[in-house]
Amino acid sequence: MLQDTTTSRMKPAVALEGISKSFPGVRALSDVSLSLYPGSVTALVGENGAGKSTLVKILTGIYQPDEGTIRVDGAETRFPTANSAAKAGVTAIHQETVLFDELSVAENIFIGHAPRNGLGLIDWKKMNADARALLSRVGADLDPSIRLRDLGIANKHLVAIARALSIDARVVIMDEPTAALSHKEIHELYELVDRLKADGKAILFISHKFDEIFRIADRYTVFRDGRMVGEGLISETTQDDLVRQMVGRDVGQVFPKQEVAIGEPVLTVSGYRHPTEFEDINFELRRGEILGFYGLVGAGRSEFMQSLIGITKPSAGAIRLDGHVKVIRSPAEAIEAGIVYVPEERGRQGAIIGLPIFQNVTLPSLSRTSRAGFLRMAEEFALAREYTARLDLRAASLDQDVGTLSGGNQQKVVIAKWLATRPKVIILDEPTKGIDIGSKAAVHAFMSELAASGLSVIMVSSEIPEIMGMADRVIVMREGRIAGRFERADLTAEKLVRAAAGIQEAA
Amino acid sequence: MKLLLKNREMLLVVAIIALLILIAIRFPPFVAPGNLANVYNDTSILIILALGQMAVILTRCIDLSMAANLALSGMAAAMLNAAFPGLPVPLIILAAVALGAFLGSINGLLVWKLDIPPIVVTLGTLTIYRGLIFLISGGAWINAHQMSDAFKALPRATLLGFPLLSWLSLVIIAIMVVVMRRTPLGRAFFALGGNPHAAVYTGIDVGRTRFLAYCLSGMLAGLSGYLWVSRYAVAYVDIAAGFELDIIAACVIGGVSIAGGIGSVGGAVLGALFLGVIKNALPVINISPFAQMAISGTVIIIAVAVNARAEKRKGRVILRKAEAAHG
Repeated sequence: MLQDTTTSRMKPAVALEGISKSFPGVRALSDVSLSLYPGSVTALVGENGAGKSTLVKILTGIYQPDEGTIRVDGAETRFPTANSAAKAGVTAIHQETVLFDELSVAENIFIGHAPRNGLGLIDWKKMNADARALLSRVGADLDPSIRLRDLGIANKHLVAIARALSIDARVVIMDEPTAALSHKEIHELYELVDRLKADGKAILFISHKFDEIFRIADRYTVFRDGRMVGEGLISETTQDDLVRQMVGRDVGQVFPKQEVAIGEPVLTVSGYRHPTEFEDINFELRRGEILGFYGLVGAGRSEFMQSLIGITKPSAGAIRLDGHVKVIRSPAEAIEAGIVYVPEERGRQGAIIGLPIFQNVTLPSLSRTSRAGFLRMAEEFALAREYTARLDLRAASLDQDVGTLSGGNQQKVVIAKWLATRPKVIILDEPTKGIDIGSKAAVHAFMSELAASGLSVIMVSSEIPEIMGMADRVIVMREGRIAGRFERADLTAEKLVRAAAGIQEAA
Repeated sequence: MKLLLKNREMLLVVAIIALLILIAIRFPPFVAPGNLANVYNDTSILIILALGQMAVILTRCIDLSMAANLALSGMAAAMLNAAFPGLPVPLIILAAVALGAFLGSINGLLVWKLDIPPIVVTLGTLTIYRGLIFLISGGAWINAHQMSDAFKALPRATLLGFPLLSWLSLVIIAIMVVVMRRTPLGRAFFALGGNPHAAVYTGIDVGRTRFLAYCLSGMLAGLSGYLWVSRYAVAYVDIAAGFELDIIAACVIGGVSIAGGIGSVGGAVLGALFLGVIKNALPVINISPFAQMAISGTVIIIAVAVNARAEKRKGRVILRKAEAAHG
């Protein structure tokens, strides 16, 4: 209660008011406001895609808001560059710290503002001494002259925080700082946050883990679909309340899910494990079924899917396809067996920019479109035409570079590419991430058609509405293990979030 | 993209014609059909090598060892001929090609299995292959009188009025067009260079495809080794020293993107021809060899600048999408 009176009386160190930001086809933030108070930790919670990252980028000067104002100590200001945000005392510590592995700890702390001597050269002695002082302030007993790459992730975080102190930061943004830390390191981080708080820093703490939010945060702000939907004091809320605010929306109507008779098991996975990424993965996938895989980013879903198609090797486990044991050692063998994976990042792992549309579509099916080792263009065109037409692709010519298409149409090319292999099982990893609403609906409708035509679909998604709207069954993964299984009938958003975040069922 | 590439090739054709016109003003006999045929013949080896290099560059790698491979294979062929003058020439050619392919496969294996950066691997093997020439030859030259007549005659023999060397390069061009455009391997070169991450998911084995590209460039270097040694009727440690840069320059001028995934047989051939014309023409119009080097260098930079501009336009589109994806 003491906290309440202090923060409400204090002026915010940084305040965002009425911020909106759009990208082509996506409205990332609409009219959001957020105040960060000195000596107070504000937790920012929301699903993936709620707009948290965009907000951080606006706060650190990487993106410019379309509308709205930023106030520092009450004075309206702008952060046209990352440097200007840093000068105003705003600094961010990211999930994967953005530091320089090949430089020393001291150089990392002072890069951009290293102490100079009379000749304008870097004053190494002073830099190392200052670095040592800063490091001891954050409780890190590190030699400032060792290279950063030799440090563990927890110590790298400490270096990042020392850097924040060195530029006299007043606002510290921590974007899922504990994602890669061990139990002990997390506790050390908590102590550090307490110390920063005592130093009067305003802290924005982004996390999916409710236990740590309730451990260290004073205030909370909830984002949903790019809007601020709730804020208040942690001491006056409960985990249930926060979950409800995060997911509170009705779903169902917009998803074109067809009722499909679920058939016999097609794919059976048993005992799949990997030394570092996942373990004990067992499930069955049936004909005509859409099986959803939900979880937080980094829960091991994509890693598991990649081992299923032979990109990474599992250390144990077996699969059966149509009742027969199958060993898959490479993506080529997966395609041969009838399992295809449509990867998450369209740009990095999907379409091949520079190749024409038809060549993109036929790439995994070249054995079918060639005779005696030679490609037959006529058959390639026929195959590409058949599948791009099924997806209603709009392109002037199949000979045009796939890079000239819009994001949604590129996604269609990628899906056409996989359907052209005539698979039994299709794995869609975040199939609608980053594409506009219209294309999303088309992809969903098509997914339903696929299931209706007898294909089995695994849909990896971090979007709750999509999971609830499309999946027949849902498997939730958390930290590399299956944390819950749900039938469509008893699926609720709360259950999904609880299983993914590891929160006990409310009494 | 295809249209742009066609344009780029057309641009190169126009540049070569413009160059020929400029030369013709100073020295008309240069553009006589007979002389142009000679220029082509003189450029044949560069064309063959550039096509091998192109396959490697398409997969986001590079082969700096091609000229050294050529010299080692050439020396081996010459020594084989000197030691066994009765050995049929086709057998010697086959041996040179096989040795070249083997040397190329070493590059490929190091890139594939040890995951060493291609530029480092081939810089190393470049030095090793040159050193091996000294070891097997003891530093001695193999001169014309040590080579059999059949060995020396093959590239010079004429068919329908043109030397066999020219015909051979045309056959290689034809084969490469088929490989690049009509086989899954050629498609894999382009796909993997365009987007290696995506290529993996479509079942392309990135390491193996790169290995095969190096084998291909090695084969062509081995073939060029025989052609070089028999044509100039001499083999020694330093033949074709520094020629690897001409090979890469031909590719770059021909629009093969150093970043991989973009290029064409036609472009590489035209790039090589452009260099061939400059090399042959500048001496006859009294431009010093030093100015020649400066001119070649300038052309390379202009070519890269033109290519970079074409690719940058593409890059912006990607960036816009990446931003949207973050929302």
